[in-house]
Amino acid sequence: MTEASDLASSYDLVVIGGGPAGLAAASLAARAGLATVLFDENPGVGGQIYRAITSTPLSNRSILGEDYWAGKALAAEAKASGALVVNGATVWSLDPTLLVGVSIARQARLIQARRAIIATGSLERPFPIPGWTLSGVMSAGGAQTLLKAQGLVPAGRTVLAGSGPLLWLLAAQLLRAGTRLEAMIDTAPRVNWLRALPHLPDFVLSPYWSKGLALLREVKARVPVIRVVDRLEAVGDGKFREVAFDGRRLPADLLLLHQGVVPNVNLAVAAGVEHRWNDRQLCFEPVLGDDFQSSVPGIAVAGDGAGIAGGTAAVERGRIAAIAAVRALTPEATTPDPQPIRQQLQREEMGRAFLDCLYRPAEQFRQPTGDTLICRCEEVTAKQVRDTARMGCEGPNQMKAFLRCGMGPCQGRLCGLTVTELIAAERGTRPADVGYYRLRPPAKPITLAELASLPIGEAERKAVER
Amino acid sequence: MRTADVVVIGGGLHGCSTALHLALRGLKPILVEKDYAGRHASGVNAGGVRQLARDLAEIPLSISSMELWEHIEELVGDDCGFTSYGTVLVAETETELASFRARVDDLRLRGFTHEELIGRDELKRLVPAVADHCPGGVVSRRDGAADPFRTTQAFRKRAIEKGAEVLEGVTVTGLARVGANWRVETTAGPIEAPKVVNAAGAWADRIAAMLGEPVPLTVVAPMLMVTSRLPAFIQPVVILRGRKLSFKQLDNGTVVIGGGHLAASDRDRNETVIDWSKLALSAATVWELFPLMRQATIVRAWAGIEAYMPDGIPVVGPSSTSEGVFHQFGFSTHGFQLGPGTGAVMAELVATGATNTPIDGLGIERFRR
Repeated sequence: MTEASDLASSYDLVVIGGGPAGLAAASLAARAGLATVLFDENPGVGGQIYRAITSTPLSNRSILGEDYWAGKALAAEAKASGALVVNGATVWSLDPTLLVGVSIARQARLIQARRAIIATGSLERPFPIPGWTLSGVMSAGGAQTLLKAQGLVPAGRTVLAGSGPLLWLLAAQLLRAGTRLEAMIDTAPRVNWLRALPHLPDFVLSPYWSKGLALLREVKARVPVIRVVDRLEAVGDGKFREVAFDGRRLPADLLLLHQGVVPNVNLAVAAGVEHRWNDRQLCFEPVLGDDFQSSVPGIAVAGDGAGIAGGTAAVERGRIAAIAAVRALTPEATTPDPQPIRQQLQREEMGRAFLDCLYRPAEQFRQPTGDTLICRCEEVTAKQVRDTARMGCEGPNQMKAFLRCGMGPCQGRLCGLTVTELIAAERGTRPADVGYYRLRPPAKPITLAELASLPIGEAERKAVER
Repeated sequence: MRTADVVVIGGGLHGCSTALHLALRGLKPILVEKDYAGRHASGVNAGGVRQLARDLAEIPLSISSMELWEHIEELVGDDCGFTSYGTVLVAETETELASFRARVDDLRLRGFTHEELIGRDELKRLVPAVADHCPGGVVSRRDGAADPFRTTQAFRKRAIEKGAEVLEGVTVTGLARVGANWRVETTAGPIEAPKVVNAAGAWADRIAAMLGEPVPLTVVAPMLMVTSRLPAFIQPVVILRGRKLSFKQLDNGTVVIGGGHLAASDRDRNETVIDWSKLALSAATVWELFPLMRQATIVRAWAGIEAYMPDGIPVVGPSSTSEGVFHQFGFSTHGFQLGPGTGAVMAELVATGATNTPIDGLGIERFRR
């Protein structure tokens, strides 16, 4: 077990995040000779997609599917590569000088990187419907985490609602694990098919085509699928009791919500990386070059954090970013030819446009109205944000001052996109013009005690005292 | 072309306050702000409304400002989140307390009574959570705190209501004399006015340079951090002298920790980079002073860009080279409390050519000697 005091004061490459992109990047860089450290927040590597790959209690491989078990090789490769892989390590700061703030077992350190690869992946898009904060309502991703890490499956009557490939995957995994699903409520609007159709030929050629079809067939055979729902509400009195949709009601004990994933931009935004709005994926993503290098020299972003493309694409992206880091620091080192990797990546990314359009979440589920909470930390409603925007508040940073939304412990992760879209809607402008929260470090909360544990030289201590 | 009675450069609290007070005097100001009002130090400072521990030269301004703070809602139609639980300067040693006593005695001789020496018992009564090693301190009981961004926005809004024009996202690019007027070149076209106020904060030296009046301004970005919500445990703002610290709990339970450790800053890119090794010192100080804070969670750290003068006090008064131009900048990390009052003084100065509030010692000519 690596402790904070075991860390060197600097590394050639610091990789943040131990999902497919981070594992692939760290392996390649370490094998090419870079002093590489990978910081991962979880108890074991794998990220979300391969969560608990080295420790999951699920021994029946068919439950999570062979795509999940592919993560095992990546984890083994990283371990054998010579990279220092540190789990339970929370990176709370990365700045434009490539100084990395990290905490391990409540001890904080500042580590100087010569290159950094942010591989912090994705998080689920907020799904702010009435009642989404009731106990008994959770995100599908949260349910999947419990399944992978602890082998836990829901016991009561379970309903899935939303859109996106992950929702179907989770349905299949839960079914295989023996869960009974009452219903699958599909909120993707019908018009999505028209938008997606032009991208169908590419999708058919991508690896997602046959896998996706098989998954849909598997779920549909065993669960009633309710199509094209355009009103959805979780109803209950403190505790979730039933789901209401399009004038119907369905009693249940657990409602799992999901409407796609978006890049987890917090660390990159706080590091000063330039971001832009992606109108097809309805989210902000970093502006990146061919090698996934960002606007901040020395910082690259790989994996789904660079724009949603899935776990296998993340591996290729991590490798390309790592090759660039190796070539920049040690031009004489032997590195793989990136060209075949780029071609492979292109194949992986081919089906994405079709999926993005097909599962594009409907406007009413991204831009709620009335008393629906949008900022859970500070308990701010959609109406408050809309009213404040109408009064003249032009952006999410000014909105913080009026409503404190985005200023709680989640640091905007659960409300950022909703606030941007609501301001744009009310002011008749585009999310690209409204922008995102200016995020302040720490990118993850740290305790005062942790911060006070940073080793500080006596000279520095004296220099700042008056 | 736009014309006005006064062009105010800079939309911080000072610029907005001056614009409001000019409008209240029946003049027509145009305020030009390169970003948006309150984008920098005015919107993101610690929010301390403090008369305590000020330089003698700025005490009259501070006292006149305090009177406006105490009626802030009448002035701007918003209470600005102003609360008044006092500021306490905590002494950590007997030696420190003795030096505080000398200062308070000196102030009394000069007729200023707002600072009051307190012993251990009164300190414990005012700040029960403070660590036991502290023998006393100084309190200024009328002091308090306010919400900086909300305050700046309230002054901006009221200035507009009273007839000021506010141009945001507009940068001043040049300044030239044209007959009896100043021609202010901006990215939104020229504006002509007989009077100009330079309230451009960290960028004010560039405006002064356009007048051939260079000033030794340093760009600084003092860092602050805030915790998640804690149960209410402290009312006054607490500051230290020996170690850098300012500390206060807001009504919502969060605790704002500052004290003047500086971030790296780049005023051309509106960027600041947090220096965690210095914030760690703040954390260690809080650890010792308020043991109950040890498991508090830091959720955000930031820094606002502003101007610092070599002598640590602002530049307030007429230009020494250019008739009709007035300076109001360089508040050296303690300008928030001074905003309301200095705006009133500046408007008086611009409108009448003089002010009843003593501002001797704050003139720009002091940097020529």
